[in-house]
Amino acid sequence: MSTKKRIMIVNHRPPHGTLHAWESLDLTLTAAAFEQEVSVVFMGDGVFQLLADQDTSQINIKNFAPAYRTFRDYDIRHVYVEKEALARRGLSSDDLLIDVNLVDTGALCRLMTEQDIILHF
Amino acid sequence: MDWKRMLHTVNKSPTESDKLETCLRFTQAGHAVLLIENAVYAALAESAMAGQWPDKSSGITVYVLTPDLAARGLLGRDLHPDIRQIDYPGFVRLVTENDVVQSW
Repeated sequence: MSTKKRIMIVNHRPPHGTLHAWESLDLTLTAAAFEQEVSVVFMGDGVFQLLADQDTSQINIKNFAPAYRTFRDYDIRHVYVEKEALARRGLSSDDLLIDVNLVDTGALCRLMTEQDIILHF
Repeated sequence: MDWKRMLHTVNKSPTESDKLETCLRFTQAGHAVLLIENAVYAALAESAMAGQWPDKSSGITVYVLTPDLAARGLLGRDLHPDIRQIDYPGFVRLVTENDVVQSW
């Protein structure tokens, strides 16, 4: 019996102010380390998690943003950003820390139907 | 009796909560609004708040906390020109200058 599942992790919140982004990243890397087929989605305010040049030195919080760059090392290749969420915030994929797949709502819906497990943060 | 001078602080992004929008409805001339934590995303020139800020003749001043902008990678970005950036000592000064502080 295969224990490999298709897991989608959907991020909705900005990086700081709550622990959601940090916990989600932790789960994402753990799932990938256990060789699950992981997809990561950033939508709504979640797109702010990937914004470049975050400097948390003045707010006494660890800057975990560089960890998104390890996605490649963990073989996490399915990284999706909701196109409309970026556009509404005046951002483009050039503003992000890592290469992502820009997808519209329809494409995201389709991807969701292909998963075994979907977790929202 | 004179209206008290009031500082309003908001800490939620305009797309996660309507607190900032509500706060602005309750803000009077002479009041100050300070965006902290996730509310600093509202200072982006292109945000859900674009076009909703009080105009210059309103007597309302809007500030944003610079360390919270830096933490979120927003320092070098295109921000609303009428929103003033302040640091922690500036935050303290705003608190002392106002009679009441309201944290939304």
